[in-house]
Amino acid sequence: MYVAVKGGERAIDNAHAWLAEERRGDKAVAELGVAQIREQLALAVNRVMAEGSLFDPDLAALAIKQARGDLIEAIFLIRAYRTTLPRFGGSTPIETEAMVCDRRVSATFKDAPGGQVLGPTFDYTHRLLDFKLAADGEVAPVQTGTPYEGATPHIMSFLDREDLIQREPEGADVPADLTRMPLELPASRALRLQSLTRGDEGFILGLAYSTQRGYARNHAFVAELRIGSVAVEMEIPELGFAIEIGEITATECETVNQFQGSKTQPPQFTRGYGLVFGMSERKAISMALVDRALRWKELGEDNLGAPAQDEEFVLYHSDNIQATGFLEHIKLPHYVDFQSELELIRKLRREAQVPKAAQAESAEASGGNLSGKMKEGAVT
Amino acid sequence: MNMMGDPNAARKEWLGLLAKSKAADLARLWQASGAEPEHKVLRAPEIGGVMVRGRAGAVGAAFNLGEMTVTRASVKLGCGAVGHGYVQGRDKAQAHCAALVDALMQTDASARVEVAVLAPLREAAAQAKAIRAAKAAATKVDFFTMVRGED
Repeated sequence: MYVAVKGGERAIDNAHAWLAEERRGDKAVAELGVAQIREQLALAVNRVMAEGSLFDPDLAALAIKQARGDLIEAIFLIRAYRTTLPRFGGSTPIETEAMVCDRRVSATFKDAPGGQVLGPTFDYTHRLLDFKLAADGEVAPVQTGTPYEGATPHIMSFLDREDLIQREPEGADVPADLTRMPLELPASRALRLQSLTRGDEGFILGLAYSTQRGYARNHAFVAELRIGSVAVEMEIPELGFAIEIGEITATECETVNQFQGSKTQPPQFTRGYGLVFGMSERKAISMALVDRALRWKELGEDNLGAPAQDEEFVLYHSDNIQATGFLEHIKLPHYVDFQSELELIRKLRREAQVPKAAQAESAEASGGNLSGKMKEGAVT
Repeated sequence: MNMMGDPNAARKEWLGLLAKSKAADLARLWQASGAEPEHKVLRAPEIGGVMVRGRAGAVGAAFNLGEMTVTRASVKLGCGAVGHGYVQGRDKAQAHCAALVDALMQTDASARVEVAVLAPLREAAAQAKAIRAAKAAATKVDFFTMVRGED
């Protein structure tokens, strides 16, 4: 039952005004600009774009500022904004093969064409706090080398040539879109990938880690991890041809996984795939592992009952905006709901007390027993 | 891009260049070019989203990766040339300007616009790309094999 309750307006207004003041913090400290967030907290911006499902670094930076650095709140703001945009259309699938890579590493082939390029990575740092950063903003000049001019084919294409890797099936030209249609199960791989790429990084990471620890282990190698910029092309109806409408930064992870073969398939490697907006390699690797775990049915593997294999469990719990919406609503007024619960429990207790009292009388008559007294003691 | 024999190759190239340009760069170059063609607005600048797609395993079925912001505009010059501008992001002036450049590129003014606006944009993009590529190249791992100690 819902009963309208009034009276909170002034408290709410004042709370929001205080929030704005707290957001600003100590006025003796310089205010943080949106451009500063975009440039200097770029990985937070990337996460908000990936899970907010909207590539726009300026908006993501603004959302982070507005949310006081609460990234899930910032993602919420971006999701809300996204729904106000008219949809001009869908791009042709981006050609990650043509990505201009800032980083490209393979854990399976040392001598990939173009080589192993580390890019601006945290890997191999000692994870010691750098107090120099607190003191000044000086940055040492960056070394440059001779740019590699050749193509950087996907590592996986070498295995493909030998037919050692499972072929990727074709799909619909226009993939199903979970922002337009409610998610239905069983979901196509396209829907699963859309769901994973916008899913909560922590949740996807936890699931991926669970597969490594043995819950539907799938023995993943990172065949290739690449980060860089890639052009986005879209067919423009008024022109009658496709043009580039922009360029995004993306992280792609392809895993190569063991596969024993099945009744219809000879033994060969299989793939997991991760593709995420921005520089988000933890998320991309996690996505690839979970994608692979969810493919058990189409690859003819056993369902081991592992969480990462359970499509319903994964897809219905990976969205942090859905999750936080439902979770946090329980803090909002439930006075009437709770009133009815309160009345119910009082009634149950009254009913329970009557036979108990009668029971206690008869027990006393027979000398009593310890367990009966303990129980009653626990209730009161 | 730049497919041999594609009659739209040149227009594709400049539209892509405008789409990826920095709003401030385009505004500065456009102002400096002094071009102020008389025109009618066919489509006032409009901000929207485009669903960016990827492929499963980079080669398989298409899937929706997420949206990006795009702003578009269309203009018609006095001479009848129609220009369309699509730019990444939410800058309406940039989209309008891109549409004007696209329209002018279909007229006698194309050589002038090419020199004043497109060439500098192309150069700036190439330079930015080269700088990143050079930095990436410096982080390429040069493997060498250690001498084994068992002999």
